[in-house]
Amino acid sequence: MSTVHIILLCALVTYGSRAGGYLVMSYFGQVHHRVMAGLNAVPIAVLSALVAPQIVTGHWTDAAAIGLVCLMSLRLPLLPSVLLGVLSLVTMRSVLGL
Amino acid sequence: MSSVDSAPTPTPSLGKDIRDGVRDVVPIMLAVTPYAVVFGAFALDRGLTPFETLLASISIYGAASQYAMVDLMGHDVPVWSILLSVFAVNARHVLYSASLQPVLGQFSWSQKLAAFFLLVDPQYASSHQRAHSTGLRPAYYFAYGLTLYLSWVGANILGILFGGLIGEPSRFGLDLLLPMFFMCLVFGFRHKPRFAVILGASVAAALAAFYLIGSPWHITLGG
Repeated sequence: MSTVHIILLCALVTYGSRAGGYLVMSYFGQVHHRVMAGLNAVPIAVLSALVAPQIVTGHWTDAAAIGLVCLMSLRLPLLPSVLLGVLSLVTMRSVLGL
Repeated sequence: MSSVDSAPTPTPSLGKDIRDGVRDVVPIMLAVTPYAVVFGAFALDRGLTPFETLLASISIYGAASQYAMVDLMGHDVPVWSILLSVFAVNARHVLYSASLQPVLGQFSWSQKLAAFFLLVDPQYASSHQRAHSTGLRPAYYFAYGLTLYLSWVGANILGILFGGLIGEPSRFGLDLLLPMFFMCLVFGFRHKPRFAVILGASVAAALAAFYLIGSPWHITLGG
């Protein structure tokens, strides 16, 4: 099988995973309210699951910067929080050499 | 047209949807394009031709899938195991796609089929946020998605052409931009019912799976 075929199959698998969840949900039509409550929790759960290992396995400055962003996001809009987070990370890494 | 779930603010115009979509995606572009540039260099280094490298970015459009695929191709493993790995790193997208079901009410079928193709992590996160604030309409989704897609492919071309010249993205603190963005979105949902319980349980499950089974299954189990 050529490289191009493998690439296209991977594209198909990726698309399948992105369409699959929706199609399954639509097929079952009216969803149970428990399922609905579960899906409501998905954004919080998946996004935090993506970040959690990075916090525990990375350098401690990474965890500090992400923690700082979490705190700032309670008060500030998204963009300023993230920019301050990146700035603090660069400061800790390059200026303070931590 | 199906009904919108009770939107607290008046429905923005088509132009505003498009402008908001582009505005919201700009910081994300800065965060993800380095991965596309690096992918260009990485894939060429692993023996893919420029055409194959570009084809991967155009047809797959997913950092994790593309890196996993190229990495495994170099190890001479059977095709089914490459496909299984690509599915594993994408398993979270099944959850994304399922949880988008309630907010895609204003999309036609062909719009939905196109929308799934663009459903990458930040696209998913911003769609939920938009649905939460003003309701999600196709104009916003595709303004956001196409801008990100084109910058992904464009950055990949840059990587193919000049890949050797770039250094580490961590020098500029950009490697953590995406996690920071995700955490802001997570805390944006803090008024949802049982926020702390969901957050705690998910982090615990993700960390347990990460240590016991290994990446990327922690995302599936955390979800």
